[in-house]
Amino acid sequence: MKSTRDAYGEALVELGKSNKNVVVLDADVSKATRTKKFAEQFPGRFFNCGCAEQNMMGVAAGLSLTGKIPFASTFAVFATCRALDQVRNTIAYPRLNVKIVATHGGITVGADGPSHQSLEDMAIMRAIPNMIVIVPADAIETKKAVKESVKYEGPIYIRLGRAEVPIVTNKDSPFAIGEANVIQEGDDITIIACGIMVAVSLEAAQLLEKEGIKAKVVNMHTIKPIDEDLIIKVARETKAIVVAEEHNIIGGLGSAVAEILCNKIPTPFEQVGMRDTFAESGKPEELLAKHGLTANTIVDVARKVLKSLKGCLIIEKKS
Amino acid sequence: MVNRAKIIKDLQKKARIIRRDIIQMLYEAGSGHCGGCLSSTDIVTALYFHHLCYKPDNPDWPERDRFILSKGHCVPLLYAVLAEGGYFPKGELKTLRKIGSHLQGHPDMRKTKGVEASTGSLGQGLSIACGIALGGKMDKKSYTVYALLGDGEIQEGQVWEAAMFANHYHLDNIVAIIDRNRLQVDGPTNKIMTIEPLVDKWKAFGWKVITIDGHDMSQILDALEKAKETKDRPTVVIANTIKGKGVSFMENQVNWHGKAPNKEEAEKALSELT
Ligand SMILES: Cc1ncc(C[n+]2csc(CCOP(=O)(O)OP(=O)(O)O)c2C)c(N)n1
Ligand SMILES: [Mg+2]
Repeated sequence: MKSTRDAYGEALVELGKSNKNVVVLDADVSKATRTKKFAEQFPGRFFNCGCAEQNMMGVAAGLSLTGKIPFASTFAVFATCRALDQVRNTIAYPRLNVKIVATHGGITVGADGPSHQSLEDMAIMRAIPNMIVIVPADAIETKKAVKESVKYEGPIYIRLGRAEVPIVTNKDSPFAIGEANVIQEGDDITIIACGIMVAVSLEAAQLLEKEGIKAKVVNMHTIKPIDEDLIIKVARETKAIVVAEEHNIIGGLGSAVAEILCNKIPTPFEQVGMRDTFAESGKPEELLAKHGLTANTIVDVARKVLKSLKGCLIIEKKS
Repeated sequence: MVNRAKIIKDLQKKARIIRRDIIQMLYEAGSGHCGGCLSSTDIVTALYFHHLCYKPDNPDWPERDRFILSKGHCVPLLYAVLAEGGYFPKGELKTLRKIGSHLQGHPDMRKTKGVEASTGSLGQGLSIACGIALGGKMDKKSYTVYALLGDGEIQEGQVWEAAMFANHYHLDNIVAIIDRNRLQVDGPTNKIMTIEPLVDKWKAFGWKVITIDGHDMSQILDALEKAKETKDRPTVVIANTIKGKGVSFMENQVNWHGKAPNKEEAEKALSELT
């Protein structure tokens, strides 16, 4: 178990050593985002902007214009909502080489409550032209994502979490922006997930297995550009698709997958996510349970969608 | 001093050319912002034809001074000086705001040579300037970053975030210029949302403040020199101006903020700008 924000802090320090152009900005939450580690190692390349997220995004834009590779960090809700116009007009529109790495995505922020939980950041960032959106599944993948982000010249949004989450990838797991990974094979149903829901999906797949249902699990770490080819492939190989995300069911990974399915290969489809509601204060596990972001919900939904297919023509059409 | 008198005379002549270009462009485009272009013309002319270091044939020259047009709606003025300065042919000015043109309705750094930042959403240019100035400091560059802001624009909270930032990081390589033309879209700034006491505000934020008549070339040049010499803190030049300056029927008229002249109005304006 390890939080993705902890991995981010470590990745930044490693990057800082190998790449002198990397600079880091934070808006008075560097302890929480873990950028503090970089600040301690490279004080001359770390700039705290104070509680001023909008200015931070503009400063990041300016730094990128001088050849620096700025990482701008704060909580997901502030990076994407408070500073949205700055991200859109000043970073994304001119395609500037700014990496926005936001922690505290989702409801596993926990006790701080809805003002600090982020349910819509993926939807918002995904809708902005030129923006790449990455949601790593665990600490190991976070490090890879952060390091890969520097090889791409342009704006990237990386969503990380506060809570400790299980490790589901290993150092040999492939990571390429825009190329999703099948992390478990199965031919009855596909579960597509990102972030912390990848681990939950693997757990669900095990439960389904006991009932004789073989679930394929896809780690869709890049929300945009979404891996269209893989979605079409798994839609062909299995009978239905369930998407699981720690995000509103409007606009996030579920929507991104649905767009491909509807356009290219209509497929029975279900979503597990926040059902267009704010959460509340509580422990991460309690909140996940209360809002159905659990393996059991995925199992229920998978069963339901498969049951609805009994005798349905669409199954024949696909094979 | 003879030399200086000639410099000033030449700049005044240049400013007239730029004002004519603005009127012509806006007439051709059929839409755009007259008032704020004309109020800033003398300042921006002084910058581009006397003060700034730049190479039109090498727009990315790392040592160049940077000019950020934070009040992006006044981009016709920027296009006019860039064309006059040799970044692109003047004939292209008439494509302003037309489909397929590299001259967008607001600045697009990816489309237009010489445009340093994409702006248009007010209140953001000073933050960008801070980032460029900070990068310049890190790399020990000697360039200066200039940002032109509107007096209505500074009602945006982000401007004050940036003002704090520039002071905190001792960005003495930043010069903000405020076009104090006393008008915004809906009326006079003092009626819509007062920004006074303006000098005290910037002083309180730790900036050196220079107040000038923004149409007096001599005062403009002096202010830019003084700003450049200032050490340890950023400078703001508050330039008192007349919105629509140079065209009698546009001067101080709030209606001419976001309007283009028709044929008759353009002819009349041009006849006053000879
Ligand atoms: C964030 C944002 N809000 C609103 C506008 C619309 N707008 C364009 S110009 C303007 C008024 C600007 O007034 P001022 O800064 O005084 O400009 P000037 O008088 O120099 O033209 C407004 C509200 C905008 N471009 N950006
Ligand atoms: Mg004004």
